[in-house]
Amino acid sequence: MNRHEVALIAGMTAVTFLVRYAFFALGERVAFPPLARRALRYVPAAVLTAIVVPMVLLPDGAHWQLDWRNAWLLGALATGLIAWRFNHLLAAIGGGMAVFFLFRWMIG
Amino acid sequence: MIGAESPDSDISNRDPASRIGTARNPFRIALSLRMETFTSPARHPRRRTEVLAGARDSLPMLLGAAPFGLIFGTLAGPSGLSPAGAMAMSLFVFAGSSQFIALTLLASGTGLMVILLTTFVVNLRHALYSATLLPHVAGLRQRWRIPLAFWLTDETFAVVQLRYGAPDLSPHKHWYYLGSCLSMYGNWLFWTLAGVMLGRSVPRLEHLGLEFAMAATFTGIVVPMLRNRPMLGAALGAAAVALAAHGLPYKLGLMLAALAGVTIGVVLEELS
Repeated sequence: MNRHEVALIAGMTAVTFLVRYAFFALGERVAFPPLARRALRYVPAAVLTAIVVPMVLLPDGAHWQLDWRNAWLLGALATGLIAWRFNHLLAAIGGGMAVFFLFRWMIG
Repeated sequence: MIGAESPDSDISNRDPASRIGTARNPFRIALSLRMETFTSPARHPRRRTEVLAGARDSLPMLLGAAPFGLIFGTLAGPSGLSPAGAMAMSLFVFAGSSQFIALTLLASGTGLMVILLTTFVVNLRHALYSATLLPHVAGLRQRWRIPLAFWLTDETFAVVQLRYGAPDLSPHKHWYYLGSCLSMYGNWLFWTLAGVMLGRSVPRLEHLGLEFAMAATFTGIVVPMLRNRPMLGAALGAAAVALAAHGLPYKLGLMLAALAGVTIGVVLEELS
């Protein structure tokens, strides 16, 4: 590692850690106002959906693929259906992955 | 699995002593003991059980992250990052998206300050995660909060927020968080090292579609949340904005989508 790499990694470490730690650092000294607390309850559903939906509908990262040949879409639909119907996460993941790999194998 | 059992599914099995030692399903144990939680803290899932459960629930996402770790390690050299630099980045930065973006910027000769600014923007979503988890970790000491913050990733956030939302009152949920962190961290270091060592002679791992495991996990976590209109609106709004803004660089589309989804959720809650 040369000096430039050390500076780069040290800087990225500091920036990344500070973003992750800023709120944790406050601990019990911060109390969010009620509106913020209510808003934060929507973070998991909003963020996880925002990560997954583009992965599934644009599997190559750039082009829409809204047909049955999209293994990502079929796998995610299977996962969603199992999760909705049985509320069992492991079964939903396993079932979705089975559908995903089966279709990839069939499509070749 | 978390949230899998309805609270009364285990009502027939009221013999905690026979189950508490098994690491098979701490949540079933915890749920079955709901009534006794206040009188008998010793009957909560033990620390080791929580750690193992956190690691186990992260397992699909370990698979999903493997190709990325491998590709990062493989691309480091050609992008101008030394093998030691690649390992140090996974060891100290531990943030997949920003590590990839740093490689791209390095390869194009971008300056240090621009890379750091980009890292900041790409990682902004982690501030949302830590704000969301703060109420659960606020009571922990700094020696817990510092490493738990360092190891906070999309994947760990997904399973940990679910664990904290589980109805049992276990005081050891941060051990579950730790278990998820350690497995994700070890996995990332392992695959980075594998990529660095294998160089270009990569096996077919990156073409297997293992990344789908992460999408499946997130989908399986989100779908059961969508049982009321504000949550559904938040998810649909976030999805629409994420799709409309997917061309924006540096995960800005993701941040916009999160903010839009949260706003829609709160507004719908107000209206109902």
